[in-house]
Amino acid sequence: MSESVIIQNLSKTYPGVKALDGISCKINQGEIFGFIGPDGAGKTTLFRILTSLLIPDEGMATVDGDDVVKDYKSIRSKVGYMPGKFSLYQDLSVEENLKFFAGVFKTTIAENYHLIEGIYKQIEPFKHRLAGKLSGGMKQKLALSCALIHKPTVLFLDEPTTGVDAVSRKEFWEMLHQLKSTGLTIIVSTPYMDEAALCDRVALLQKGKILSIASPEEIVAEFPHKLYSIKAQKLYPLNELLKQEGQVHSTYLFGDNIHLVLQENVSIEIFMEKIKAENFNDLEWESILPGIEDCFMELMHKA
Amino acid sequence: MKTVVTVKNLVKKFGDFVANDNLNFEVYQGEIFGFLGANGAGKTTAIKILCGLSKPTSGEITVAGFDVYKQREEIKKNIGYMSQKFSLYDDLTIRENIRFYGGIYGLSNEDIKSKTGQYMETLDLHEYAKSRVSDLPLGIKQKLAFSVAVMHEPQIVFLDEPTSGVDPITRRQFWDMINAEAEKGTTLFVTTHYMDEAEYCHRISIMVDGRIDALDSPHNLKQQFEVDSIEEVFIQLARKATRDE
Repeated sequence: MSESVIIQNLSKTYPGVKALDGISCKINQGEIFGFIGPDGAGKTTLFRILTSLLIPDEGMATVDGDDVVKDYKSIRSKVGYMPGKFSLYQDLSVEENLKFFAGVFKTTIAENYHLIEGIYKQIEPFKHRLAGKLSGGMKQKLALSCALIHKPTVLFLDEPTTGVDAVSRKEFWEMLHQLKSTGLTIIVSTPYMDEAALCDRVALLQKGKILSIASPEEIVAEFPHKLYSIKAQKLYPLNELLKQEGQVHSTYLFGDNIHLVLQENVSIEIFMEKIKAENFNDLEWESILPGIEDCFMELMHKA
Repeated sequence: MKTVVTVKNLVKKFGDFVANDNLNFEVYQGEIFGFLGANGAGKTTAIKILCGLSKPTSGEITVAGFDVYKQREEIKKNIGYMSQKFSLYDDLTIRENIRFYGGIYGLSNEDIKSKTGQYMETLDLHEYAKSRVSDLPLGIKQKLAFSVAVMHEPQIVFLDEPTSGVDPITRRQFWDMINAEAEKGTTLFVTTHYMDEAEYCHRISIMVDGRIDALDSPHNLKQQFEVDSIEEVFIQLARKATRDE
């Protein structure tokens, strides 16, 4: 498989903050690659460097064979970029925005219509509406169409699903999987850990450093502990109690259950009997497989 | 159980558009109430009314015992509010922010001083004592914003996507703070896009197209819809939506 993006030892410092701290990573052609991390992890800085909008302090990167600093001109025609903030022209219509982006890249809507058809068709009935008057979901579809109209080989999507409800997020990921079938490399960033499972491979990013790069399945397989799910009526007091226990490695609330890791060589059976006796008679526990979020927290712990 | 929010037949129209279509619910003292809905379902409109920032078209609504038509200033004094987008002043230091909000809510100098000391300690802020809020890590900023929102000991706090973009460990520490506040008897009214967080709420409502289509404990909703997670409940309901923001 050929490499679409190569990142070597990339660093970028803003006054007082090391936004990127020696990042290296390779992204294969045609894969959906996710940078997963909270705000401030360095996702946007990385995307701006890879799209030639920002110059790194150290290190180098290539996108589709072009150096992000030297070859900035040719990179710009090869990449599609959808920034986190809606940045189309609000006072142009849907169609005018799309025409504008096609024109800037010296192409026409007709020439590349097949690339955007599946997405654009959904907003085409509103093509005369001003972009500023569109709903959030429609804005997103237009932004994606505009990022694709010049037939990029690599698509960068910076937090496309942040602040978006669960249904629209699901639909957006379905669109990305359809796009993937055209052979496009899709690089996406997100603070939602559960979206990692929808990527072919991910890099977990925290404070400018990569905690891990692998497929979601591999990341989960590398979780170094036994993980238990605990259910009880009074979950919050139970979690507070577990935090105080010396035999506990980590304990976190996960919706309707607690995810617990014990210190090595602690017997779960004996430990649970002890906790039950502390007024948690209804407690139930079972061994479970970790999710990406468990892995991310474990890696944060270590870092 | 003491009722902190009473909403009867709330309707809010903007011209012909019905943003809130006959909402009915109550929220109790010490309850963590999750207010969910798809983008554009009408949550923000309802929250603005409950915070005394906007008048409903019709309906009987009281918040902290005050009427949303006639006693909106009283409501503002008796609630707390925090959102991801706006919470603290970036150009002020931690102490200046605490003093500012303390002053707005009419706390005595003595109270402001003791709260400041308490937050510096419990949130472990000493290393940031001289930093401006803009220089704080997001997680710390959000925890401080929450503390400031409950500084005047309001009966109810509105939290509008308080954990958006926050790392997973901080997100859980934040919910620990929410739980601790609820145990003290404060009511928490929370919106979130993280469906696992909906499970931390005592009860949740799910809005679709301006209506409340479901309202119960997470446990009961999952049973009612015969699914394993609130995310699946949400998707089943929100899929029926015909309107988009």
